[in-house]
Amino acid sequence: MDRIANWPLPLDIPLPLPADSVVLQALLVLLFLWHILFVYLMVGGTLLTVGFEILGRRRPGFDKLAKDIAGTVTVNKSLAVVLGVGPLLAINVYYTVHFYTANALTGHAWIGLVPLITLTFLLTYLHKYTWTSLAHRKGLHLAIGLSSAALFLFIPLVFLSNINLMLFPDRWADVHGFWSALMLPNVWARYLYFLASAVVVSSLFLLFYYLRAGSNVEERFDGFDRPRLKRLFYTIALVAGALQLGVGSLLFFTLPDVGQSTALMATVGLAVVFGVLALGLIWGEIASRRVSVMPRMALVFTCVTVAAFAMGYGRHLYRDEALREHRRQIAVRTHDIGWQTAAAQYRQATGQTLVRVPLGQRIFEGTCAACHALDRVLVGPPLTEIAELYRENPSGIVTWTEAPFRKREGFTAMPAFKLGEEKLLAVAGYMIGLGSGNPPENAVADESGEEG
Amino acid sequence: MDFPVFHLDLFGNRLLIAVIATVHVLINHMLAVGAMPLIAFLEWRGMKTGDRRWDDLAYRLLFVCFIVTTTLGALTGVGIWFSTSLVNPGAIGSLIRVFFWAWFTEWTVFVTEVVLIVAYFLSWKTTWAQQNKGRHLALGVALSIVSWLTMAVIVAVLGFQMDTGVWTVQPGFWTAVLNPVYLPQLFFRTPFALVTAALFLIMLTGAFTRRDTDFRGQAIKTMSAWALVFTLPMLLGAWSYWRAIPERMMANLDTALTTLSATQFLDPLRWLILASVVAVLAVCLWGVRAPRRLPTVVLAVPFLLAVWQLSYFERVREFIRKPDVIEAYMYSNGLRAADYPMYSETGLLTHCAYSPMDEITDENRVAAGQEMFRLACSRCHTTHGVNSVVTKLETMYGPDAQWVADDLDLYLKGMHNARPFMPPLPGNDAERGALVDYLIALRNQPAGLDGAQSHGIVARNN
Repeated sequence: MDRIANWPLPLDIPLPLPADSVVLQALLVLLFLWHILFVYLMVGGTLLTVGFEILGRRRPGFDKLAKDIAGTVTVNKSLAVVLGVGPLLAINVYYTVHFYTANALTGHAWIGLVPLITLTFLLTYLHKYTWTSLAHRKGLHLAIGLSSAALFLFIPLVFLSNINLMLFPDRWADVHGFWSALMLPNVWARYLYFLASAVVVSSLFLLFYYLRAGSNVEERFDGFDRPRLKRLFYTIALVAGALQLGVGSLLFFTLPDVGQSTALMATVGLAVVFGVLALGLIWGEIASRRVSVMPRMALVFTCVTVAAFAMGYGRHLYRDEALREHRRQIAVRTHDIGWQTAAAQYRQATGQTLVRVPLGQRIFEGTCAACHALDRVLVGPPLTEIAELYRENPSGIVTWTEAPFRKREGFTAMPAFKLGEEKLLAVAGYMIGLGSGNPPENAVADESGEEG
Repeated sequence: MDFPVFHLDLFGNRLLIAVIATVHVLINHMLAVGAMPLIAFLEWRGMKTGDRRWDDLAYRLLFVCFIVTTTLGALTGVGIWFSTSLVNPGAIGSLIRVFFWAWFTEWTVFVTEVVLIVAYFLSWKTTWAQQNKGRHLALGVALSIVSWLTMAVIVAVLGFQMDTGVWTVQPGFWTAVLNPVYLPQLFFRTPFALVTAALFLIMLTGAFTRRDTDFRGQAIKTMSAWALVFTLPMLLGAWSYWRAIPERMMANLDTALTTLSATQFLDPLRWLILASVVAVLAVCLWGVRAPRRLPTVVLAVPFLLAVWQLSYFERVREFIRKPDVIEAYMYSNGLRAADYPMYSETGLLTHCAYSPMDEITDENRVAAGQEMFRLACSRCHTTHGVNSVVTKLETMYGPDAQWVADDLDLYLKGMHNARPFMPPLPGNDAERGALVDYLIALRNQPAGLDGAQSHGIVARNN
C-alpha cells in the first residue's frame, strides 16, 4: 500500500505507559469534552458578544446583553485554558510520536499560540473593562472586540491543523510548515464544524444562564423579556445547528477512508439522530408560547449532550483506526531496537569492542588531546613544553590538573580535572614520555575496562 | 530521540524555553503563590480595623494579579509544555511517562486554583461578599493554600531530575517526593515567593496610594514587615538547598554561574548577589522604619533585583543538570545514555528515521555532518546565532586560527571529558569525521540550519 510505503517509522519512547491504555484513552476522550465545552463557550461567547454589540448600536438592549455575555467569556476562557492541560497530558502520553511530530512540523505556529492567546485574552479583558469608559467612543471599543474575535477565529486553526496532521503519517513528508498543514484534506471542514458547534453550545448555555430561576432579565436588559430571549437564543442555535449538520455530513464524507469503520458509522449515526432530535425540539420551542421552558430545555440539553459524547467517541474511533497499523509497526521497531541496544551494551561492558590501550594514553586521548598537541600550541601548551617543565616532577602535573589557574596571558584558562591520583599519574607519565620523544610501550597495564 | 527536529537558528532553542519558563516562574512565585497570602492578609486587616482603604488596596492588587496570572501566567505555563515538547520531545515525553499521575494531580490542583482565583476576584464587589466578609476571606485563604500546593507538587518533579542516578533504578512519583533535594527546595522556594511577592506588591502599592500619604506609609510599613519576617527562613532555605544539591552537580556550578569563558567574573558576581540581598533588606528596613519618606522609584529597586535573582537562580538550576537532561538517563541532546554503545557500533544516522542518509559517502559528507549537527548539537547550539558552535570553536582555538580536521576530530572525541558539561558525541568514527567537515564548511558559510517547522522532513522508510 502507498500509505505504508510513504510513512516514516520513528522509534517510540522505550518506557511503559503510566496506565492501562484503555484508561488513558478514556481520559483523553472525557477530559477533551470538558475542555472543548469551555472553548466553545469562549469562542462562541465572543462571537455573540461582538455580534450583539454591533446590533446594540441601533438597539441599546443588545448592547447591555453583549456586555453581560462578555462577563461570562472572561470566566469561561480561564477554564478553557486550564482544562486544556489535562487532555494535553493524555494525548502527549498516549500519542507521543504522532502528536509531537505534528507539533514540530507546525512549530512556529504551535509555539506562536503562547503570545497569540495571551494577546487575545488581554484584548478580551480590555474589551470587557472599557465597556463603560469607552461608551462615547463606540467605534474604538468595537474595534477592540473585533480584533479579539478575529484572533479567536484564527487560533483554532492551529490546533485543528495539528490534530489533523497527526492522523496522517503518510503525509508528514509533504508538509512544510503550518500553512501547508492547513491544506491537508479535512482541516477546513473541521474548522467550519467547530465554529458552528461553538455557536450552538454558547447560545444554549446563555439560554439556560438567562432563563434559569431567579435571573431577573427584564430589569437588566431594556426591551428583553424572557420569551424574547428564548426565541433569540433558540433561533441562533437552530441556524447554527442546521449549519453544523450540513458541514458535519461534508466532513464525514470527505474524511480519508483510513479511519473508517462500522463502529464509527454507528456512533456518528447516533450523534446525527440526537442532533436532529434536538433541532426538532428547538423548532417546536421557537413556535410555542409556553411559559415554562425548563422541561423542554432539559430535553434539548440531554439530546445535545448525547450527540456530543457520541461525536467525541467517534473522533477517537477514527483516530484509533487511522493510526492502528502505524502504531503497531512503531511498537515492533521500538521493541527490536531495545534488543540491539542491550546487545551493544553487553559487548561494551564485557570489553568486546574495547581496544586495549594503556590507561595513561587512553585518558590523554580521551581528555587532554582536545587541547594539547605534541609540538604546537592547540588550545594549551604543547607536550614538548610540558615535558621540559615536569620531567623531574610528574606529580606536579597531578597538582596542577586538580586545581589549575590562569597562568599565561592570551590562553584559555584550563578547567580542573579531578580524576584521582592514580589516573593523573598515569597520564602524567604518558605525557612526559611522549613530549620527550619516547612514547612508553607498556605504561600501566589496565584491567578495569572503564574510560578515563 | 526520533522526532522531526524543531530548531531556532538565531536565538537558539534553549533561549525559547528559558524565556517562557522564567516568565512563568516569576509570575507564579510573585503574583500567585507569594501574593495571595499577602492579599488575603490585607483583606483581613481591613476587616479587623474597619478601614475600607485596606480592602480597596487588596482588591486593586488582586486585580493586577488576576489579569496577569490568567493571561500571561496561564499561557506561559502551557508554553512550558509546548516549548519543551518542541525542543526536546524525547526528554519531556520520557518524563511524562513516569510522572503522568504526578502532573495529573498537579493539574487537578491547578484547576482548583483557577476556579478559586476567579471566584475570589469576581465575587469581591458583590453584595454576597459584602455581607459575608468572613466567607469571602476564606476563599482567599483556600486560594493561598491551593497555590502553594501547585508548587509543592511540581517541585517534586523538578527535584527528581536532579537526584543522581535514581531514575534508572526506580523511576516513580514517591521516589521523587522522598528525594533529598525535595524538602530543601520547597523550604527555599516558599519564603522566596512570599518575599518577592511582597516586594512586587509594595511597588504597586506605592503607585496606587500616591494621593493618600498617610495610608501609603501604613501600607508600606505593614508589607515591608511581612517581607522581613520571611527573609530569615528564605536565607536558611537557600543554605539547605545549596547543601542538598548533589556533589557531582556542584562540580559544574562555577560554569553554571557564568559561562566558561567568563569564569574570572565569578567573584564579582558573588558580590553582586550579596549586594542585591542587602539592597532588598535595606529597602524593607527603610519601609518599616520610615515608610513615608520612601520614594516610588526606590520601591522598584528591590523588585527588579528580585526578578534578576530569580531568573539567575533558575538559570543555575537548569545548568547544573548538564550534561544530562534526565540525570544519568538521557543527555541534553535528547539521546539515551544506554543507546550510545549501539550508536558507536552502527552509527547514529542509521537509527534516526528522519535522517536523509544512513551511511556516509564521499559525496554526502557535509550533508551528513549537518545531520549529525542537527541530531547531536542543535538542542543547545546554533550555527551562527546565540551560543553558536562557530563562535565556541573560535574562542577556543583563537579567532584567526586555521581549523585542522584532525584537531577537531580529537576534540570532539574527548569533548565530554575536557568539558564536563558537554555530553559525549554519539555515533561512529565516520560520522564524527563528517561532522568535522561540516563544521569547517560552516565557518565560511553564512547559511544556517532550518528546523523541521519550515523545511519539513525527509521520510527514509526503514
